[in-house]
Amino acid sequence: MKPKTYQTRAELPADAIPSHSWRGVPRLSLVLIGFAGWWLLYRHLDPFAQWVTYDILKIAASSRLSLAIEFFVFESPKVLMLLTLVVFGVGIVRSFFTPERTRRLLAGRRETSGNVLASLLGVVTPFCSCSAVPLFIGFVTTGVPLGVTFSFLIAAPMINEVALVLLFGLFGWKVAALYLGTGLAIALVSGWVIGRLHLERWVEGWVYEIKTGAGPEESRLTWEDRARAGRDAVKDIVGRVWPYVLAGIAVGAGIHGYVPQDFMASIMGKGTWWSVPLAVVIGIPMYSNAAGIIPIVQALLGKGAALGTVLAFMMSVIGLSLPEMVILRKVLKIPLILTFAGVVGLGILAVGYLFNIVL
Amino acid sequence: MKIKVLGTGCAKCKLLYAETQKAVAAAGIGVELEKVERIDDIMKYGVMMTPALVIDEQVKASGRIPPAPEIVSWIMTAAAKASA
Repeated sequence: MKPKTYQTRAELPADAIPSHSWRGVPRLSLVLIGFAGWWLLYRHLDPFAQWVTYDILKIAASSRLSLAIEFFVFESPKVLMLLTLVVFGVGIVRSFFTPERTRRLLAGRRETSGNVLASLLGVVTPFCSCSAVPLFIGFVTTGVPLGVTFSFLIAAPMINEVALVLLFGLFGWKVAALYLGTGLAIALVSGWVIGRLHLERWVEGWVYEIKTGAGPEESRLTWEDRARAGRDAVKDIVGRVWPYVLAGIAVGAGIHGYVPQDFMASIMGKGTWWSVPLAVVIGIPMYSNAAGIIPIVQALLGKGAALGTVLAFMMSVIGLSLPEMVILRKVLKIPLILTFAGVVGLGILAVGYLFNIVL
Repeated sequence: MKIKVLGTGCAKCKLLYAETQKAVAAAGIGVELEKVERIDDIMKYGVMMTPALVIDEQVKASGRIPPAPEIVSWIMTAAAKASA
């Protein structure tokens, strides 16, 4: 790409000169007031939903329509509020965990403990699959073992805060905890297995030749900077996913009011042994963000599909994505990509069966 | 002064490039703006999250798109350092 040179501002179009201000830094007191307001609102969602459904819309109580509408009016603000709070919190937590710091924690780690730490750090370190390649190179060229790197790369997309909040909001803490726990376990074990297989020869040779630079200077962040990071995360993530969330809740509301409970039971129920592998095989080439997949999860569970099957489907959609594998092809040879997909796929399969048997 | 936008061509990299163009215009000083898209060139800066912004060989931001006024302040600081 040819460098572009600008000598004076007169050469540039007028709209290239910024007019907005970025000084709107949220103060601590504002955050506290915001949190108090959030709590007050959140506590009153139930009466609010009843008031809208029965007093404003005047729908006959305990009709199918009233059930669906009350569900939607109650769940939409509830889930969006939860999402906002958690994304804000996660944005602040992530301001403490830069990839550089994570790498320093993981460099030269012994395998097993390294895998545990990498899976946990995968949850809190900011990650975007578009940066998977520089991250991979940055890790393996500075002494993070291959298997530990994989634990990180598996946990980071698989355990998604949006999915976690939506599961918590729609299905309760048990389902959310299952998702978190099993996601961590899959990342840990898969990374450990890949490490034990010693597959370094299937990493493209030029990767280890690269001289990785020191990285960005450590910036000292104030609490205001961190609050701003939280706010930016809310703007970015909630701003992007809210239509999917509403669509998911609308689907859920329809199911809540209308669809008979065991519609999916024959196809995706506990009794059907092949439903778990089928869910994984369908899920891998599918690519969706976490918010987009929740409506489907909602629909499947509501119609009587087994939890293990649905969990397996969701994890293979968000945890194993074809685009990410294509991106990783730059640094990994095909056998390693297949091993990676195979090991993680088997892990997801095991989780699916486990929950169908236990629950 | 040399400014580089590092990134392998993702949507956010384009946003950062546009934001940097605005900042350069606002700063009103001579700046050479360059896109760096080759992965080994990017790794030389040790950047693990793209896009990243490099001013006079120093990584100023990575994995985020700083608003134009923030970039302007870095340009000004770098300019002052260069002339001192």
